[in-house]
Amino acid sequence: MPEIEAPLAILAELTHRCPLQCPYCSNPLELERARQELETDEWLRILDEAAALGVLQVHFSGGEPMARRDLEALVAHAAAVGLYTNLITSGVMLDDRRAAALAAAGLDHVQISFQDVDDAEGDRIAGYKDAQRQKREAARRVRGAGLPLTVNAVVHRQNLARLAEMIELAVELDAARIEVAHVQYYGWALRNRAALLPSRAQLDAATAIVEEARERLRGRLVIDYVVPDYHAALPKACMGGWGRRFLNVTPSGHVLPCHAAETLPGFDFPSVREASLAAIWRSSDAFNRFRGTSWMQEPCRNCERREIDWGGCRCQAFALTGDINATDPVCGKVADRTILEAAVRESAAPPPPLIYRRIGGEQPVRPATVVPTAG
Amino acid sequence: MNEGRTPPRRIDADAIPRLKPHVRLQFSEARSAWIVQAPERVLMPDDIALAVLQRCDGVASVAAIVTALASAYDAPPSEVEGDVVELLQDLAEKGIIADARD
Ligand code: SF4
Ligand code: SF4
Repeated sequence: MPEIEAPLAILAELTHRCPLQCPYCSNPLELERARQELETDEWLRILDEAAALGVLQVHFSGGEPMARRDLEALVAHAAAVGLYTNLITSGVMLDDRRAAALAAAGLDHVQISFQDVDDAEGDRIAGYKDAQRQKREAARRVRGAGLPLTVNAVVHRQNLARLAEMIELAVELDAARIEVAHVQYYGWALRNRAALLPSRAQLDAATAIVEEARERLRGRLVIDYVVPDYHAALPKACMGGWGRRFLNVTPSGHVLPCHAAETLPGFDFPSVREASLAAIWRSSDAFNRFRGTSWMQEPCRNCERREIDWGGCRCQAFALTGDINATDPVCGKVADRTILEAAVRESAAPPPPLIYRRIGGEQPVRPATVVPTAG
Repeated sequence: MNEGRTPPRRIDADAIPRLKPHVRLQFSEARSAWIVQAPERVLMPDDIALAVLQRCDGVASVAAIVTALASAYDAPPSEVEGDVVELLQDLAEKGIIADARD
């Protein structure tokens, strides 16, 4: 068993409630109800335990985390125990009063997701009237409150044509960073894959736009970009490797190595109501299951990349092959391409040739290492 | 402050580096290590990067930082300068530091 390092970040899914209805939402198909949600004092204890375990950052997420009225209290507590606090929000509940209250509570950073730049299209994808305008307003309030902003632009075949304008929107909203996030096909998005998965040609056009904008906006806007798995030649190190960097707490208190892990069969994910975060992280079966490389089968077992991408995404491997121990089928080293090809064909896009994608994990910086703390 | 508006200058000897707002250098008791906290990023500085970052106070110029480090590490300032400028330029492009003159 490899040495177990402390997690870098915790994704605190405060609730599955959300006024929006994005067809690619990463929440499970089986949404947890409000009455199952953890109480405020339970979250306070989790934050204490996370800080003691060596966690550095907390991402308050959901659902819509602002649907919880104790969000400000949780942010204040997280800040008091030294955690770097990030709010991941749709923005539609972020009025002047709450922007000020969150800043006063010590919030460090806000990420607002955008469905589009076009009002009608944005509202259509979000399934919420006036969403797009409210998001722009929220972004201005965030900057007005002196908080740094990341625009999370979720892209897919129905909005990729407006990617350049989405990047301009981030500049206009005075964001320091934009994350151009291709939809990841789990949960709701997997259901909608045929409607969302871009073609290879669309993807190439998008990559060219990002490269041009990165050069032009160097030093002004950081652009993070991850290509969708189905068009990649190598899988990503999902969550930086199972049980290596992140833990995710669901609204009802289950602790997962990644937000989609509940799609995997045969797991009994431990609850913060029954065990400490440290015990769950270090010694639960669920977290140890895919740690290291001893669980791997061929071609991963003897692959030189096995400690780079850790065999890819377990949820994707299971969703596409039915075997949770399988090599992620997006990997070009998987001899049998029929699974991936069928998936791409089923998505109504012609099966594209695979292209190289940068592994989403570590980016070496000399002489320090920057490590992303969001999956 | 006009971050996100005009292209920043490149880091040179006259630059006055400071951590950007909402970036903080923090000692983690649980990890017994210095870390840099930034939006959705952490940075684990090595000893040299830490020594540089601890001097990015928005007052000292790169030239002053180089002089201080050269004497602290007993190294030729000309060599130190190249490394410090390269490190700071990289950190500026990653949104960790800014030039207080911008
Ligand atoms: S805003 Fe986020 S949580 Fe709400 S439906 Fe959309 S993706 Fe899901
Ligand atoms: S064979 Fe396994 S370890 Fe090697 S690149 Fe593919 S997924 Fe990664």
